[in-house]
Amino acid sequence: MSTFPIFADENWRLPARGRVGMFALIIAESAIFTIFVVAYVYYIGRSTYGPTPQILDVPVFNTICLLSSSVTVIFAEHAIKHGRLRAFGLWWAATILLGIEFMTGTGMEWLRLIYKDGLSIRTNLFGTTFYSLVGLHATHVIVGLIGLSVIMAFTLAGRVEERHAERIQVFALYWHFVDAVWVVVFTVVYILGR
Amino acid sequence: MADQTYPIPGILDTTPSRAARLVEWVHSWVVTVDHKRLGILYIVYALFFLLVAGAEAMAMRIQLAVPNNHFLSPELFNEFFTMHGTTMVFLVGMTIIFGIGNYLVPLMIGARDMAFPRLNAFSFWMSAFGGLFLYFSFVGGFGLYGMGSAPDVTWWAYAPLTAKAFTPGHNTDYWALSLIVMGFGTLGAAINILATAFSMRCRGMTLFRMPLFVWLMVVTSGLTLITITPLTAAQVMLIIDRYLGAHFFDAQAGGAPIVWMHFFWIFGHPEVYVLILPAFGIASEVIPVFSRKAIFGYPAMVAASVGIAFVSTTVWAHHMFTVGMTSVGNSFFVLSTMMVGIPTAIKIFNWTATMWGGKIRFATPMLFCTAFLFQFLCAGLTGIMLASAPWNWQLHNSYFVIAHFHYTLTGSFIFCIFAAFYYWYPKVTGRMLSEKLGKRHFWLFFIGFHLTFDTMHFVGILGMPRSIYTYEADRGWNTLNFWISVGGLIQGIAVLIFAWNLIRSYLHGEESGNDPWDAWTLEWSTPSPPPAYNFAEDPVVRSRRPLWDLKHPHDPDWKYER
Repeated sequence: MSTFPIFADENWRLPARGRVGMFALIIAESAIFTIFVVAYVYYIGRSTYGPTPQILDVPVFNTICLLSSSVTVIFAEHAIKHGRLRAFGLWWAATILLGIEFMTGTGMEWLRLIYKDGLSIRTNLFGTTFYSLVGLHATHVIVGLIGLSVIMAFTLAGRVEERHAERIQVFALYWHFVDAVWVVVFTVVYILGR
Repeated sequence: MADQTYPIPGILDTTPSRAARLVEWVHSWVVTVDHKRLGILYIVYALFFLLVAGAEAMAMRIQLAVPNNHFLSPELFNEFFTMHGTTMVFLVGMTIIFGIGNYLVPLMIGARDMAFPRLNAFSFWMSAFGGLFLYFSFVGGFGLYGMGSAPDVTWWAYAPLTAKAFTPGHNTDYWALSLIVMGFGTLGAAINILATAFSMRCRGMTLFRMPLFVWLMVVTSGLTLITITPLTAAQVMLIIDRYLGAHFFDAQAGGAPIVWMHFFWIFGHPEVYVLILPAFGIASEVIPVFSRKAIFGYPAMVAASVGIAFVSTTVWAHHMFTVGMTSVGNSFFVLSTMMVGIPTAIKIFNWTATMWGGKIRFATPMLFCTAFLFQFLCAGLTGIMLASAPWNWQLHNSYFVIAHFHYTLTGSFIFCIFAAFYYWYPKVTGRMLSEKLGKRHFWLFFIGFHLTFDTMHFVGILGMPRSIYTYEADRGWNTLNFWISVGGLIQGIAVLIFAWNLIRSYLHGEESGNDPWDAWTLEWSTPSPPPAYNFAEDPVVRSRRPLWDLKHPHDPDWKYER
């Protein structure tokens, strides 16, 4: 197409496709969460029998861990951008540990709810909406952890380099989203709904 | 005779056998990540299901042609209208728009492929297997015992009918699971289109120089992100209810079936805009080329498209006026629904203004687009009638509603899709579709469409409810129903002519060359069919009509466009 008049625009820049794609995915995921949050809020106090949200304990430590993992991811992003691969690996590992702690905490909470308080997904409407919403978020944490672990494995194998900073940042967007959603879930389930 | 080859004794014959070549050919289509090939796969897949869903519609029309008919059993009738709706919306509509989008978006913005080619292939195969899974329901489950497990709960699948107690067996599960799978495919396609349009444009292709079809695909994909996902979420809830014994839609445990209605229509209403917006894009490409004028009011068209997408997310409960919402709720949804009329009217005005004073060529694509303009206007007018709550209370779930939305989905969406076929078929195959068969297809389809769906308005006003298996002879619906079925038959014949035209022109059609319509967008600068890499050199554009600039170097658009 050299016959086209040459358009001398040296500043022709487009957004990175990974970033656009991830933002689009986040918008779509937000819509899924919105539906589950709306269902939870609509059904607060509508259970006709069985345990109520009063049995929940506020998972303060868990929340602190998950939110801190967003901070460690930022440090990791910063480290890889400046080529400090060792620091990147350490911050990345810290993120994974914090994520695993969160999942362990959720597991302990569910264990207590199921065996001590007798609340399962089929017990009543509260059980249905609680396990679905918190479980949906936990599923996203698990997917995030799998992604984090894959990148960790590549880091340990020495395959992650400075030039991958953009991709790491795109993946980190997803992790930030998972943390941000927890703020909503936490507020709705443990503060407003209790 | 000098160049004749003689068989040498003992040499190995390395020419692959016919079977091996066939396997190779199939394999190349299965593993392809080329956006053009995937686009063709989407389109062929959609066309196949268009014929299937059309056959289902024909069977229903034969059943309803005369009162007290027993052509279909009541169970099969329920399965057919559920599958007709589900197939047309998800397997035909969604796949064909993403197929056409897949093929054209990279070509129109001067890119070599989509942003994520492998995600693209993944999305197609997810959609494809979701669709096959849906149709497997006819033989799967208890289907082999002769009952069939095809979904029979209507395509909106209201709770509590879908509860385990009321729909035992796996009909509902097939419906929900296959649509969840297809939903992920659609989501991948939408993300891909967005990333392509934002990140892969060629030099000089600013957002406001993108062809309107690309703009409409962007708006549609954005709308898909927030439209398909609520359906997926609601279907996950339904599956949790059915398999884990949860109570989302279980009224006895305090759950509310009305929540399903809200969730479904939060998806369901924007969904029709997801389908119709690419059709607008097609009309916005075809009408200017066949009127020999640049599109009138390009920025207004873009603004109106985005406006439609925004408004469409606030109108869902107009499907629920008869449920008994508060008067405030009713008023809100009446007003928001009527607001859709403003941006759509801007669009109709701009298309008409594009044709006004133009040198119109009524080739087949233009015929379909002209019919679309009038039919879409009528669909909009009955839409405004139905948006008024008191009118809706009278006609909800009647054939008037069926007539209204078939005016939008057949009279507008399918007409534009046919226009797209006649317009872009030469680009895809290198051969023109036969104009003679095309004109016959158009006129038969046009007559059949009006016979069927104009008449349906009247039978609806006379009180015939939708989704009924048969009716008594003394209701005064007999003659009208008979003519509706005749119209359906005429449309069926027209679609068969179209299918024949596709096959015949592929084999014997006239060679088209690169640019048979003297058009202005980038895809016509490539050979027909385009090579795998699309553009040998990355194009550079300076206006909305790069090929006009190329053909008229003394009077280019970029001198006048700001």
